[in-house]
Amino acid sequence: MTGAKDHHERSSTLAEDWTRFTPQQRLARYLGLLAAALAIGWSITSIDVIWAWVWDAPQQMGDLLGRMVPPDPTNLATILKVLWETVNIATIATAFAVLVSLPVAYLAAQNTTPNRVTLWIGRFILVSSRSINTIIWALLFVAIFGPGIVAGIVAIMLRSIGFVGKLLGEAIEEIDRRPVEALEATGASRMKVIAYAIVPQVMPTFWAVAILRWDINLRESTVLGLVGAGGIGIILQGAIDTFNWPEAAMVLLCILGLVVLGEIVAAWLRKRIL
Amino acid sequence: MSDKSYPDHWQKPPFIANPLLRWGVWLGVAAYVVTTIYALPIDWERVSQGLTRASRIFGGAFPPSFARSGLLIDGFLESLKIAILATFGGVLLSIPIAFMAARNIAPKPIFLLGRAIIILARSFHPVIVAIIFVKAVGFGPLAGVLTLIVYSIGFVAKMLAERIEEIDFGQVEAMRAAGAPYLSMLFYAIFPQILPRQIGLSIYQLDSNLRASAMIGIVGAGGIGATLANAFGRYDYDFALAITIVIVGAILVSEAISGRIRKML
Amino acid sequence: MLQITDLVKRYGAGEPVLKNLDLKIEGESIVSIIGSSGAGKSTLLRCINKLVEPTSGSIVLNGTELTALKGHALREARRKIGMVFQGFNLVDRLTVMENVQSGRLGYISSWAAIMRRYPKDDIRHAYELMERVGIAHYANKRADELSGGERQRVGVVRALMQRPEILLADEPTASLDPKTSEQIMQLLRDLSKELKLPVLINIHNVAEAREYTDRIVGMRYGRIIFDGLPGELVPEAMEEIYAGVPSQDRQQGTAPSAALKAAT
Repeated sequence: MTGAKDHHERSSTLAEDWTRFTPQQRLARYLGLLAAALAIGWSITSIDVIWAWVWDAPQQMGDLLGRMVPPDPTNLATILKVLWETVNIATIATAFAVLVSLPVAYLAAQNTTPNRVTLWIGRFILVSSRSINTIIWALLFVAIFGPGIVAGIVAIMLRSIGFVGKLLGEAIEEIDRRPVEALEATGASRMKVIAYAIVPQVMPTFWAVAILRWDINLRESTVLGLVGAGGIGIILQGAIDTFNWPEAAMVLLCILGLVVLGEIVAAWLRKRIL
Repeated sequence: MSDKSYPDHWQKPPFIANPLLRWGVWLGVAAYVVTTIYALPIDWERVSQGLTRASRIFGGAFPPSFARSGLLIDGFLESLKIAILATFGGVLLSIPIAFMAARNIAPKPIFLLGRAIIILARSFHPVIVAIIFVKAVGFGPLAGVLTLIVYSIGFVAKMLAERIEEIDFGQVEAMRAAGAPYLSMLFYAIFPQILPRQIGLSIYQLDSNLRASAMIGIVGAGGIGATLANAFGRYDYDFALAITIVIVGAILVSEAISGRIRKML
Repeated sequence: MLQITDLVKRYGAGEPVLKNLDLKIEGESIVSIIGSSGAGKSTLLRCINKLVEPTSGSIVLNGTELTALKGHALREARRKIGMVFQGFNLVDRLTVMENVQSGRLGYISSWAAIMRRYPKDDIRHAYELMERVGIAHYANKRADELSGGERQRVGVVRALMQRPEILLADEPTASLDPKTSEQIMQLLRDLSKELKLPVLINIHNVAEAREYTDRIVGMRYGRIIFDGLPGELVPEAMEEIYAGVPSQDRQQGTAPSAALKAAT
């Protein structure tokens, strides 16, 4: 999602004048192309696949999809109930993550962090949280807390702290310094300067990031069950393991509905709050 | 200044002006929090053992063991190959799909089909896609490549379609006026405008795919994720930690490289 | 009384921005500091409430030595010094009342501040001041909905809420159109008289300085080279303060205020 934003900014610098290249740039382009071709060639020739299966894959997929039709709604009531549980996992985890990420963002922002040590602590928390995927976190917490939604909530939470904390920290670094200066000049304590000059400026980002992450977490929480960390994934896994493809298809349809609905709700919230 | 009496009471105007709605929202939130927390199927007894288990896991994980580094490197290289091939395939497939999903180029029914493909590819988490491909084509990197192709289409085709929708149609008009056939119009008027974007997107997607390939391995789609899941399943926590360190390191390096390249472009 | 003695401010190893500067402000006069950009006006003002740390010298406000203060004692001293800024420095997303009350933050508990439960006296005082400057009906508006002149009034009220012993104003009119700028200067002069408050204003606009202030201090290269009544600011003195500065940057103007005042 942040990548999407990057792209917008960059596309303007990439500019339209693509044809006007100096010979040097032209050389760089050919080298880039060559490197890409080599990388692809190396991957194709050395990857460990049985090529007969590759040619067979479309037919296999077709078979599988054929077995999914028509979706079987017999267990729809259970599916919807667990789907609601999945929404709750995402919501609770997002709420906790957002709360925890506030102090982390405060530490990780250059202009608010008390000193260099705290800055690095903040950054370390952000990096380790962000670089480890939700599903890997889930794997760990299933081992710790046992299978169930606690592992799922904690996993989503830990992954979200890095995401929310990073964006929030950047927002803090970009605030307008002048109100801060003004409130310092009135003799207000650090705490009150934060509450009156920094918090109001960061609030819009805070809500936008919280909503964005909730939307992402909705998707993430649908797969937690595949490693035993609760939610709709457990039913999906069960259906797949028993080759009950019509039910699996039903679950997939429900997930699709949930994700689309989640996006609509997120868009609506964004419009209402911001 | 004057003896006039001034109000001594002030309250911040509430965010939701209508009091009924305001209290309704508060009540709703409170009810939601209470019921969900109450209804969550949590096995507290099992959870309470978490601390001892955590200490056992972390005790077993330190120091990380790089003894089986051969396995580790193989897994990592496989992830890299999966990411490269999936990026190549995904970006290639994204181009026609993006043209289908661009409102200003495609006829309505094709536009809807293109958008549907994109929505479908975006809505399902790669892990779900992976588990289906694993069932269809078997365990291993093939399932991984197919999964990440779908994943790439969801992002690249969407961004590209948006770019096509905002291109400058002056050039297209000019070509059309010159009586150029449809295909050469595509090549000479539209491709040049979207090409730089496409390169940036591909590099970004390669980075994303490398991240994702570490995770889909956990459900059997090959790569370092599979190595990690195996180590975890066999309680080799020290090896698992070593793998995790490598994954984190690789992600950081890949993020830095992709950022550097995209800045150069 | 504000007494500045031998004040030096140096950033890094470079030439000092303020060089052995002495200045004394007595009573409730309104004093303006003029000089071209880079003369050190803004640094001087910010040294007084220690937004900028002075390198050496002494600043005494009503018997308190300010330069050595730190932490809690510094915050307590700052409460007695009001400041008005060129860019208003309001918190855009808060209401006018919250902005005004933020001048009292030093006096109330954190809990009261966060919950917006301001003391009755403060609210009364805020309404009184806001009515005095003509913005009372905006109490519940967000600060970014106001015009520049209105925003600066909020800034002035915020500073006055501190019940300051001195008011510092750093280019308070530089972001405003000429008419609004005159109104703000007039307001500052009137408030100074009504509240018996000494006011120290950095100002670019020499015409406004002549018109609205009792005393003019001219700075150049970190030194005070003129200090006298507006009438004493003769062309030679002006030349000395602004020598080499293109005349359109001096903003001398020929009192456009006369016409404006007739209109208002």
